[in-house]
Amino acid sequence: MSQVSADAVTQIRATRGWTRLGLRDLWEYRELLYFLAWREIKSRYRQMALGPLWLVLVPLANMLVFTFVMRVANIDTKGVPRPLFVLAGILPWQFFAEATRKSSTSLVNNLPVITKVYFPRLLVPLSTVVVGTVDFVVAFLLMIVLMLAYGVAPTVGILSLPAFLALAVATALAVGLWLAAIAVKFRDVGYGITYLLLLWMFLSPVFYPSSLVGGRFYVLYRLNPLVHVIEGFRWGLFGVGHAPGSLAAISTGLVLFLLITGAWVFRRTERTIVDFV
Amino acid sequence: MSDTVIRVEGLGKRYRIGAASKPPSSRLDAAWRLASAPFAYIGSMLREPTAEETLWALRDVSFEVHQGEVLGVIGRNGAGKSTLLKILSRITEPTEGKADIRGRVGSLLEVGTGFHPELTGRENIYLNGTILGMSKAEIARKFDEIVDFSGIERFIDTPVKRYSSGMYVRLGFAVAAHLETEVLLVDEVLAVGDAPFQKKCLGKMGDVAKEGRTVLFVSHNMKVMNRLCPRAVLLSEGNLVSDGPTHSVTRTYLESVVRATATRTWPDIGEAPGNEFVRLRSVRICKEDDTTTQVVDIRKPVGVQLEFNVLKPGMLLSPNFYCTNEEGIIAFISGQHDPEWQDKPRPVGHYVSTAWIPGNLLSEGTYVISPAISTMNPIRVHCWEKDSVAFQVVDPGEGDSARGNFEGHMPGVVRPLLRWTTNWTAESHT
Repeated sequence: MSQVSADAVTQIRATRGWTRLGLRDLWEYRELLYFLAWREIKSRYRQMALGPLWLVLVPLANMLVFTFVMRVANIDTKGVPRPLFVLAGILPWQFFAEATRKSSTSLVNNLPVITKVYFPRLLVPLSTVVVGTVDFVVAFLLMIVLMLAYGVAPTVGILSLPAFLALAVATALAVGLWLAAIAVKFRDVGYGITYLLLLWMFLSPVFYPSSLVGGRFYVLYRLNPLVHVIEGFRWGLFGVGHAPGSLAAISTGLVLFLLITGAWVFRRTERTIVDFV
Repeated sequence: MSDTVIRVEGLGKRYRIGAASKPPSSRLDAAWRLASAPFAYIGSMLREPTAEETLWALRDVSFEVHQGEVLGVIGRNGAGKSTLLKILSRITEPTEGKADIRGRVGSLLEVGTGFHPELTGRENIYLNGTILGMSKAEIARKFDEIVDFSGIERFIDTPVKRYSSGMYVRLGFAVAAHLETEVLLVDEVLAVGDAPFQKKCLGKMGDVAKEGRTVLFVSHNMKVMNRLCPRAVLLSEGNLVSDGPTHSVTRTYLESVVRATATRTWPDIGEAPGNEFVRLRSVRICKEDDTTTQVVDIRKPVGVQLEFNVLKPGMLLSPNFYCTNEEGIIAFISGQHDPEWQDKPRPVGHYVSTAWIPGNLLSEGTYVISPAISTMNPIRVHCWEKDSVAFQVVDPGEGDSARGNFEGHMPGVVRPLLRWTTNWTAESHT
């Protein structure tokens, strides 16, 4: 207990309108972020036979089905083995979908803790994204194994993968924060999110190359940040398609705008969240 | 340099409770409502709530707590105690007013917050500690102490879902008890575990107070309140109605909230309970020196005094009363049995009868007196006033009561101070 903390004054006020994001508070509670993520990871596989194996089994099964669909539809993958091409779409998509779904329901799911103790509520959706990232890293081992098996060497572009993953993180959080805030008053979100994500998957190039979409949908389609995330993965890993361009930049800008407004809305909601339960 | 640690000014909290909807007037109305329900709900959530949809759980509450003070917050359910605690621990924001707290704040509104059933005791100590605001290093430093306090060393690596509920709360309290914040906000989490553990908890709370930390303690257990907090505030329907020494605030609580007083009189004989034979004029609780009192020292006798007028001569009358404890259990019944009046028809007049309950008989707690005046054999009840007056038995804890120097929860309807004898023989081992 330092003198500084002992003299710090907690001011409790009725705030009106927009408040600060409270990033400093967030930093002070960083250990809790770690523990919340750790709690989720540690407790998830208790009493399960396959345990963490599921992280690999799910994308593997998806990959087999989507490869079959692509073969039937005879979709060209520009020389990249179809399983690899599909997996490069499935892995970031799965990360995004899980992170979005979990963060948008995280406030409601953690109500027992939230109503009993104070901590920056932003930690709750943030921790779900941290967990998602760990899951992604594990699932990515599948990609490495398959690339070795197919003898496909990555291009230098692989170094850009963290940037595309970051875009997926930002998108998941942007949507998650907005929906989590809305879900406090409208539990409809819990139902709606599943359907929203299904639609979103079809509008993202998970099991087809984005080059199939052109014409008058070209620009509109590429406002979807997931198009750039998945295209980026394929470009970075196999060198197919294009490096991200100006449409990717616009899409990223859109995500950042949603992310920042989402954080504000979330902060605005968290002040009185327990009053609505 | 002020030593005020918590300053609360004009604090208020308004809740949206939603207006009660009228039943539909027709089937068409019902169908229309079903169809329009989503829009009605969205509308109700987005607009400002109207006056009847809101409730002020707390209004214009102001008080200060000084360095090292242990302040009790008293009030019946719904008085705003929990709301106050939630605002001060930043779980929710006030609607108006402000509060300043100097120093790190720890709040214990529940035992074992964030415990995950699948995780082991060890893992949950870290998790719970972090949620309560301790650093990892701090928990590691106190880990052995915490485990030792909880008394569940053997099961520390067992998932807490396999714990008994007692073990669960003990572990939870053990973590909470080792929070080292300058300010501690405590809800009634003390009432956990078995008697020995409760004693440990209360002792720990006492230590916390002695360490010079500032504590805000919410409870409706008057016994614990009187022992732990020298000062208390009373909340009633969201307002702070009393602030002062705990014994006087608990008295106000009993008078205003339980709506029971130490004395009750019927000045108008026509409206006094009774009939053409007898009228009850007053009931009161008194001390040996004849002063009326609400709070009684457990070691001292307490008098129940009935005042009545006999209007027609010739009846055999016995003033009597029920004494009920706070659980509604009749502790005892007593009627006048002194030989002088038992078989003697009463002449017209004004009577004052006092029954003396000896000291060191009743347990700590609240007792309610229901006086009556009856004729026995055959029985006839002339008047009976249920729950007329009440008093509270407190133990100041000076060591010479049946409690001795024990500080924990002491069960039992009565608490006599018994005479113990001991025979001791020095045994020689040959």
